[in-house]
Amino acid sequence: MSKRFKHVLVYGAASLLVVVLAFAAAACGGSDSESSGSTTTTTSGQASIGPGEGKLNLIEWPYYSDPAFAKKFENQTGCIIHRKDAGSSNEMVSLMRAGGGGGGGQWDLVSASGDASLRLIKGGDLQPVNVNLIPEWKNFIPIFKSPAHNTVDGVHYGTSLQWGPNVLLYRTDKVKPGVSEWSALYDPKYKGQITVPNNPIQIADAAFYLMHSKPELGIKDPYELNKEQFDATVNLLKDQKKLVKLYWNYDTDGRAAFANGDVSLGAIWPVDTLALQDKKVPVKEVIPADGATGWADTWMLAKKAPHPNCAYLWMKYVSTPQVQAQQALIFGETPVNPKACTFMDKIQAGSCAKYHLNEPLSYYDTIKFWKTPIADCGNGSNDCMDYNAWQKAWTEITG
Amino acid sequence: MAEIAEAGSPLRGARLSISAFLWQRPWLKVAALLALPVLAFAVVYLGSLAALFVSSFWSVDSFTGKVVHSWSFGNFSTLIHDPIYRKIAFRTIWIAAAVTVTDAILAFPLAYFMARLATPRTRALLFVLVLLPLWSSYLVRIYAWRLILAKQGALNWALNGLGLPDANLAYTNTAMWIVFSYVWLPFMVLPVYAALERIPQSYLEASQDLGARTWRTFRTVILPLALPGLVAGSIFTFSLTLGDFITPALVGGADSQFIGNVVHNYVGISNNVPLAAAFATLPVIVMAVYLVVAKRLGAFEAL
Repeated sequence: MSKRFKHVLVYGAASLLVVVLAFAAAACGGSDSESSGSTTTTTSGQASIGPGEGKLNLIEWPYYSDPAFAKKFENQTGCIIHRKDAGSSNEMVSLMRAGGGGGGGQWDLVSASGDASLRLIKGGDLQPVNVNLIPEWKNFIPIFKSPAHNTVDGVHYGTSLQWGPNVLLYRTDKVKPGVSEWSALYDPKYKGQITVPNNPIQIADAAFYLMHSKPELGIKDPYELNKEQFDATVNLLKDQKKLVKLYWNYDTDGRAAFANGDVSLGAIWPVDTLALQDKKVPVKEVIPADGATGWADTWMLAKKAPHPNCAYLWMKYVSTPQVQAQQALIFGETPVNPKACTFMDKIQAGSCAKYHLNEPLSYYDTIKFWKTPIADCGNGSNDCMDYNAWQKAWTEITG
Repeated sequence: MAEIAEAGSPLRGARLSISAFLWQRPWLKVAALLALPVLAFAVVYLGSLAALFVSSFWSVDSFTGKVVHSWSFGNFSTLIHDPIYRKIAFRTIWIAAAVTVTDAILAFPLAYFMARLATPRTRALLFVLVLLPLWSSYLVRIYAWRLILAKQGALNWALNGLGLPDANLAYTNTAMWIVFSYVWLPFMVLPVYAALERIPQSYLEASQDLGARTWRTFRTVILPLALPGLVAGSIFTFSLTLGDFITPALVGGADSQFIGNVVHNYVGISNNVPLAAAFATLPVIVMAVYLVVAKRLGAFEAL
């Protein structure tokens, strides 16, 4: 009899498995036809902002909706913010793509950096934004009005928010007499003391270094690399690996390594410099004379945003000079609205100049902002290495 | 009373007939009992494994980053031909094996003491101590280890106090080995304890009566009988290490990627789920082989 039970169980389990597979296949087929049908609409966003829906769901870098300024927004508009802090660009992309993509009908806005934004646009996870509904937009520093990382073919997918450089940081008690150039991160003298981000976009930092140190490679833009330039960059990074102590996944990990003395120099963000100096760790931040790569963040509107009006109200609110200044000083970054300058100085004297908000436009030529690498990089020959190639190379470098 | 009896009798009759019906068809009883767990098993366990396996044959459109549902072996051939994946797979399996051996060596004397030598009071205390780390989050304990191993951390502080140089363990594969061995140790101690406790005292006495010395008794009586427990424990330590990605990310260094990290990166960074799925089938295969061998060694009798 027990043999018969066994048979029943085995056949039962097997037939259930078949049913499950059939359902899975059916579901896949279904999503196929759906995605092929939804690529035809191209509008430039909604025409007006209706009344708020009472809720706003954000995927954000920590503190990007800090209560210091978000409370006032909630009181003014009645849009109550539900926030999900993300630790990396990749986490943001995964969150946006969960639940069928487009924010899964759960998320309204994501504060994507330039290395994530094109991926979200090309992946069809975003919807166009009508920037005419954001009054402060026309006051933005020109390069942040329609930057390549959030505007494609003249269609905006969000509004620029803040930016910051990737800086060279070192411990003044360990690195003497100090460093001032990116070459330090490739210098065998500092073997076992270096940390850099664990992010494929870091390849651009090496390309940026080669752009200045090896002009014969002809690199014009560190995100647009042909095979030869890309291979040279990857080789440089493979050499750098021997010197690297830690590829940090979250900036807080890099920060901890600096604080605990495990690393003495590396590439990190200004927010970490501020946090370390706050804890009395002897560190100094440098933006080398050649310039730096940088990130620029955008509030981007999810394709399936359930509360679009609250989302527009939020983009409107965070682009006003006062909020721009508040956020910049909370996070340690630079506003895209130059009118924030006076408000920054009001909160913290001299901070406008410290964060380079008063620089002339030519200053931005030295900062190469993150953007997702794509094959069609504008040179007409379609021969640039795309993000998949960057990711594969990065696995090879760090693996 | 009479009313209750009257109201109860048809109900009782129904119950009796149901139970008679089931008694005559015992397979129905078993089916009803197991329907829910079997359904959960099929959908949750086998379903997700099947989805993993199926998606490993798909590919990703490099322009939009979307998954293309067409069948190919491209992912598997990438994994086989690109040496970096072999290196990562080898590193993962090698460290999982090292952790398993380390835990077996650490757990055996402790489990032996607990099972055969300790007084009931000491045994209870040791149980609490072995299980105590499980009360706090695994993540918290990894962060604690990072503080211990850091250059300006507790370990180097103690070494310097003894006049010794820095250990320089932070962000290395050695650090990963230490942390893994620490976090999975309880999962080795418990099955080994269970196996050792079941060895009857009379076997040991018989062995001694027949002239075997301590070492011989250990080698020919205790160890073979404890082996199923060791193998059962090793299933835990090996599989838990094999599938981990948090420890390598937090205490590993520049040369410490695991299969799990690559999977995590491919899903998270480039949204290349198919390649990630293909790589993730490797631990499944390794574990399947491991479990077959473990079954031969009688591990499942000690669980």
